Amino acid sequence: MGTTDILFFFLSALAVFSAIMVLVSKSPVHSVLWLIAVFFAISGHYVLLNAQFLAIVNLIVYAGAIMVLFLFVIMLMNLNAETEPQKHVWAKLAGVISGGCFLMVLVSLVRQATDLQNKAVLMKTGDIGLIGNLGKALFSDYVVPFEITSVLFLSAMVGAVVIGKK
Amino acid sequence: MPIQYYIYLCLTLFTIGVIGVLTRRNAIIVFMCIELMLNAVNLLLVAFSKMHHGIAITHNGSPSAGIEGQLFVFFIMVVAAAEVSVGLAIIVMLYRNTHSVDINFLNRLKN
Repeated sequence: MGTTDILFFFLSALAVFSAIMVLVSKSPVHSVLWLIAVFFAISGHYVLLNAQFLAIVNLIVYAGAIMVLFLFVIMLMNLNAETEPQKHVWAKLAGVISGGCFLMVLVSLVRQATDLQNKAVLMKTGDIGLIGNLGKALFSDYVVPFEITSVLFLSAMVGAVVIGKK
Repeated sequence: MPIQYYIYLCLTLFTIGVIGVLTRRNAIIVFMCIELMLNAVNLLLVAFSKMHHGIAITHNGSPSAGIEGQLFVFFIMVVAAAEVSVGLAIIVMLYRNTHSVDINFLNRLKN
């Protein structure tokens, strides 16, 4: 078992544990902090897969910008564990059971998929995740979607301002 | 690393997100669980992209095979950022009208 395997299992355990803690935490601020831990673990997975550009973008955009926005809104509303609305325990149990059934169906589907047998993920090597190659593809084959995203951002910005103003 | 390990990890993360949407009533936590699901899908896309790349270079395929998966992840992140800005604005508006972030207030859209 090499270093890559150990790192993979460590990061997976960290991601799953932090994701569960997001749900279990009573206080919304704690949930946000655990979600940041999930994003760090996923960025570690990207580094293991040699997708370095996505690892950095994930940290900057998700753990940096989006989570700060969440934290800002939570602190603006002054939410804490006392004001947290709780579902009935039966509703929670039904949610967990239906989610578990969903997971069970998908796992059994993956286990018997013959297309996925003996396929391995290329770890550490392969240079498609480097910024130069991604940039070349982005600005040659995918330049139209890339420009359309600027329109999307503009409309999202206008929408956020209009909704927040009234 | 076999691709199945990545699929199981991403399915677990996705299911945790689904359970969060089903069991929590705070609109912000529900929103965070949606982000969690998006991230699980992103990780799976990158894993499949590297799998495709590995298969392509062993069969002397194109050296940039599989790069589309990582570009999709890039665009998903863009859409997620736009979605968060609008969604949080809606949640702030909901809080201003009802002084609560309980999603049960949203079961009637009128009034």
